[in-house]
Amino acid sequence: MATTPPDLDKPSTQLGTTRSASGVRLGDRIFRGSSMGAGIFVLVVMAAIGTFLLIRAIPSLTSNESNVLTTQNFDPDNNDWGIAALAYGTLVSSIIALILAVPVAIGIALFISHYAPRRLAVILAYVVDLLAAVPSVIFGLWGLRFLSEHILPIERWINDWFGWIPVFGGSVNSASSLFTAGVVLAIMILPIIAAVCREVFLQVPRAHEEAALALGATRWEMIRTAVLPFGRPGIISATMLGLGRALGETIAIALILSPSYAINASVLEIGGSTFAANIALRFGEIAETGRSALIASGLVLFLITLLVNMGARAVIARRKEFSGASA
Amino acid sequence: MAKRIDVSGLNVYYGSFRAVEDVNMTIEPRSVTAFIGPSGCGKSTFLRTLNRMHEVIPGARVEGKVTIDGEDLYGQNVDPVAVRRTVGMVFQRPNPFPTMSIYDNVAAGLRLNGVKKKSQLDGIVETSLKGANLWNEVKDRLDRPGAGLSGGQQQRLCIARAIAVEPEVLLMDEPCSALDPISTLAIEDQIAALKEQYTIVIVTHNMQQAARVSDTTAFFNIAGSGKPGKLIEMAPTPKMFSTPSEKATEDYISGRFG
Repeated sequence: MATTPPDLDKPSTQLGTTRSASGVRLGDRIFRGSSMGAGIFVLVVMAAIGTFLLIRAIPSLTSNESNVLTTQNFDPDNNDWGIAALAYGTLVSSIIALILAVPVAIGIALFISHYAPRRLAVILAYVVDLLAAVPSVIFGLWGLRFLSEHILPIERWINDWFGWIPVFGGSVNSASSLFTAGVVLAIMILPIIAAVCREVFLQVPRAHEEAALALGATRWEMIRTAVLPFGRPGIISATMLGLGRALGETIAIALILSPSYAINASVLEIGGSTFAANIALRFGEIAETGRSALIASGLVLFLITLLVNMGARAVIARRKEFSGASA
Repeated sequence: MAKRIDVSGLNVYYGSFRAVEDVNMTIEPRSVTAFIGPSGCGKSTFLRTLNRMHEVIPGARVEGKVTIDGEDLYGQNVDPVAVRRTVGMVFQRPNPFPTMSIYDNVAAGLRLNGVKKKSQLDGIVETSLKGANLWNEVKDRLDRPGAGLSGGQQQRLCIARAIAVEPEVLLMDEPCSALDPISTLAIEDQIAALKEQYTIVIVTHNMQQAARVSDTTAFFNIAGSGKPGKLIEMAPTPKMFSTPSEKATEDYISGRFG
């Protein structure tokens, strides 16, 4: 590591005297070490969370007398519990949220990036960023106090017209449904998806937009030809961010749903629960086996999130050479 | 197919700044017209007014008249989108759509025009790639990304994309400035072949290129920074490069400034 001070009297024939023995500058080594350390740290944290969840989950899993994957009921004190209803409620409310939020978010992002006059775009972008930072408990309270009243007629209307589809069937007499939960989640994740999509759409090289316009594309055709395909990986990443937030949302869901442990094909009927809301609502009251069961359900949520993200990565990687990353 | 362009009294403004002043010219069909001049003299800006691409830049507007075979380009009921389907453009840097295959790049303009039939698309894609002298190099990998080609191939892909919609006029904004000499030669050969069918206008910084490919040359100049660019002289290329009428043209061509 020792460096020889350059001898100013004699012309130095030895180049690179500031290099260490291994031929890599000290600054580069520090930087490489610290960035690699950060990368490893993330992996260690992930593994630690997984291990913790697994170890704490084992007691309840071994004492459970029902099939943990297919049982809908959640009664760990009597060793009769499973995650089927929770997984169903979590996935259904999140999917409803994505179906409602993603198209609107893309629309907002496109309006800000390509349609709105500059001054309006700046204000809108600022408002969207602000909304993305609103704590979820606010959304939950709003969903409970305001939305629940006003969404019931809409749910009745959907039930009247589309009740023949099982998803919208059943009898609607309360807004404490998975549909309402999905709507609140949609509003919650809308700003973050819109904000990320906007950034992505602004990254589209001007040259590609001009190429489309010069072919005689209208503005919408230009967006379809140049902007959306280029932004596709970004749209998927933004959706995953939103989905992550929706899957793990606790307070808003806990406030809205009237928990019940049953898989109900209708998203408009009262009931249903999610992993996160169930953990929050029951952690205080349940005994030791129960806590272990709740942690087991947390482990399942952890795995679902991992799988969804890996799936999204795979979708993005599948068309990597067409991503425009090299252009 | 090729059409004559008449420009009279054309001024181009960016906001309140006048970028190009009072251009009058006639561009003959089935010919190559080269625009030369120092950087910032407004030749690219003027080129963009010939298919209204300058309107993409906020604040840009024109005064004056441009007609293509007598039809006013800036008439009240003229849709800029329709203009650009008639007057195609190739840009300075090759800009194939990175998310599309070679095939889809060429077909992009056709699909915008509502051509959906596979057999029809196949035919036009092949003709256009042959027209851009790229077919033999890519015929076995039409489904590969267009962005994976070399710079010169990408530019020829962009030419294929532009001619696939059969425009009347083809505008080229320094099409070879990002390419090596061999790729440049390939594009120049292409231009010579394309003028059989199209009216071609090319902006270039390379005077040898202007001398090689064009029938007519127009010299633009600028009096100083902040002043508008002007058309100084326009004449048949051989005359321009041997006995120009203007002193400024001679100085520029002989390399005494700019």
